[in-house]
Amino acid sequence: MAKPNPTDRRYSREHEWALAGPDGTVTVGITDYAQEMLTDIVFVELPQTGRSVRQSEPFAVVESVKSVSDIYAPVSGEVVAVNAELETQPELINQDAFGDGWIARIKMDNPSELDGLMDAEAYSEMILQESH
Amino acid sequence: MNKTPLFGRHEALGARIIDFGGWAMPVQYSNVIEEHHATRERVTLFDTCHMGEIDVSGPEALPFLQKALTRDLAALETGQMRLSLLVNEKGGILDDLTVYHFGGDRYRLVTNASTREKDYRWLLGIREQAGFRQVDIIDRSDVVGKIDIQGPRAEGILQGLVPVLLKSLTYYTFLETSVGSVPAVLSRSGYTGEDGFEVYMASGEAGLVWDLLLEAGRAQGIRPAGLGARDTLRLEAGMMLYGNEMCENVTPYEVVYGWLVNLEKDFIGRDALARQKREGIRRKLVGFQMEDRGIARHGYPVCRDGAVIGEVTSGTFAPTLQRPVGLAFVAPDCREPGTSITIRIRQSEARATVVPLPFYRKEKKNEFYNTFI
Repeated sequence: MAKPNPTDRRYSREHEWALAGPDGTVTVGITDYAQEMLTDIVFVELPQTGRSVRQSEPFAVVESVKSVSDIYAPVSGEVVAVNAELETQPELINQDAFGDGWIARIKMDNPSELDGLMDAEAYSEMILQESH
Repeated sequence: MNKTPLFGRHEALGARIIDFGGWAMPVQYSNVIEEHHATRERVTLFDTCHMGEIDVSGPEALPFLQKALTRDLAALETGQMRLSLLVNEKGGILDDLTVYHFGGDRYRLVTNASTREKDYRWLLGIREQAGFRQVDIIDRSDVVGKIDIQGPRAEGILQGLVPVLLKSLTYYTFLETSVGSVPAVLSRSGYTGEDGFEVYMASGEAGLVWDLLLEAGRAQGIRPAGLGARDTLRLEAGMMLYGNEMCENVTPYEVVYGWLVNLEKDFIGRDALARQKREGIRRKLVGFQMEDRGIARHGYPVCRDGAVIGEVTSGTFAPTLQRPVGLAFVAPDCREPGTSITIRIRQSEARATVVPLPFYRKEKKNEFYNTFI
């Protein structure tokens, strides 16, 4: 069973989470449900810091033994940090998708984009429907 | 989708089911890497009931098989099995299969799941065209079940259920016996690079044998493994997969199956293969390991000096080796181990090196085990 989806952040339909910080940046990762679907993550391709991304644009890649999955930016902006630990420990996403397995930080161009994402309750409802 | 007799058990075990060539098969029960390591270190069970079994018998069985298959089977003794190939007139591989000799004029071909119907029709066609009158060809795939038990503890677990001494069953030999009360055929063979057995029984008894093996192996940590682990295990062991490395447009010489071709005998496709052997091949299958970060996948281009020289056929992160490896077709002058190549992964070029196969070789634990690649 996937861990509960924290209520402190927003969620995209593609199973990314976005946690807004006080400094106008958003920390981005994939949900515990997503890592469960992917299973053993063995490789993560991170974006370059400084890169501009648009909402819903693929900006990272997560690979399991059997599959390659694009990760989509939940908001538009500039990538200001990436979790370099994932290069040597991709399994952090499996172990702690909502915490140590974060992927990148994005300085938002348009903070209102967050409002268009789902809250934890709506996201939980979506995956419930998806898995039945 | 077709379902094997074990489908209900896979569902009950919570397996993730995928469509594998029209068959609803378990890709994993827990996760691929755990199942992979369990096979290398302990023991696992694989449902392989989807594979094909075609029985060939009658006074002309041997001459018929000599005509149909690339390998010389004249010396195949009772209780021995051999890997062989079915090729078309152009020498293209229709299937890689194993031939079991049950004694006298009784043989069984064990085929890939995706090719079994095609193989059967092809064999009937050969019988017709070549005028064989005294050979029976029967597709028994639907009534024969198959379970593979693989890993270093396989022999010990199976030994507790069979009335014969398995230690004397050498690699690529088989016997007719029983597992528990179920009549079965056991061969010392598999598709993982580990010691292990392929177990055949009536398909209606497959569930019983599965349960017996799981129960007998409980204390040894036995667990079922899915097609995901089957694929990573075979790739580490340098074994090819029909549909990835092989198809009707690929010849044995282009992959690593030249040794299965005997040009001294007359078989369908011989002339084309003899010609190719004289004239040379235009591509060669090699193993490679990644030097840069990244995982090469099926279909990714292979380059050297900026030019595309081939394509990846299989690639994954190898759990035992803890690094990404793969198989690829390359230009023949790039086939030597040590050759530097690059793989185009998405928008970037990642460095890789051609390496000898297999990537992984089990330490010989007994004199009977010989890797045949």
